[in-house]
Amino acid sequence: MTRNKRLLAHAATFLIGVLFALGLGLSGMMRPQKVLAFLDVRGDWDPSLLLVLGGAFLTYFFSFLLIRRRQSPMLVSKFSMPNKREIDRNLVFGALLFGLGWGLAGFCPGPALTSIVTGNPSVLVFVLSMTVGMFVFESLTIRFREPDGGVGLLEQTPVAK
Amino acid sequence: MENFTPVASLLGGVMIGLAAALFMLFTGRICGISGIYGGLLHLKHGDTFWRFIFIAGLLVGGVLATVFIPGAADIQMHLPMGTLILAGLLVGIGTRLGSGCTSGHGVCGMGRLSPRSFVASLTFLGVGIAAATFLPAYLQ
Repeated sequence: MTRNKRLLAHAATFLIGVLFALGLGLSGMMRPQKVLAFLDVRGDWDPSLLLVLGGAFLTYFFSFLLIRRRQSPMLVSKFSMPNKREIDRNLVFGALLFGLGWGLAGFCPGPALTSIVTGNPSVLVFVLSMTVGMFVFESLTIRFREPDGGVGLLEQTPVAK
Repeated sequence: MENFTPVASLLGGVMIGLAAALFMLFTGRICGISGIYGGLLHLKHGDTFWRFIFIAGLLVGGVLATVFIPGAADIQMHLPMGTLILAGLLVGIGTRLGSGCTSGHGVCGMGRLSPRSFVASLTFLGVGIAAATFLPAYLQ
């Protein structure tokens, strides 16, 4: 890979982060009370999040149909796709824990990280706890890295004693 | 439904999906925030810098959103400290154990029609709805 391409890849990564955060801000997801107004179906229900997810999903779906025709990405040599296929306990139990925390606070990782810049003390406590949770989990786990950075806890290969 | 913001939310969602698609097109990576951020916690040579850059972009975008999008950063959180910490820990552990969050599974994974991501997304959406609907009554 040429030096120029690497620089371009870094620039693209940065700008994509900016665009992603602006999308979160515009959609209202930086405000946990709006996310909770969707997740909490009682009373004054706010279906906005459905449009955020729907808009993002459809945009990605149709874009991916085109991108998948390519042999390689534009700025690096190959695609890094998750290679796991099986639906296992890690996946379901992890999603369950995440859903519980999301439903309690109204924050998932992207909006929480983006909202740090507001300096809101509750956001800082949430992000710190989330980081500790990730770190403790990573530390307790013998790492089994997937392309998406995920880890497997229960079904990884046994460690030599 | 007086707080319903269909246009802004749909447009914001399209921007999120576009950002994730461009990330795949340019760098070939899944745009999963929990994976990108969590990967920073074990520094691995050659696999750290791009993560920093992405998170830096996220923060700069957050500042721009705060300045230019009215009300974007009007954050109201009134959770007791213990609940807030518990929720953060659950999100941190859950997204790593489950290999993804709303972006990685919900947008990129489902957008690729990955069965794993459909299972994960329907699980965290279902549990999230149940938790947000029924738990607040017990937290008072």
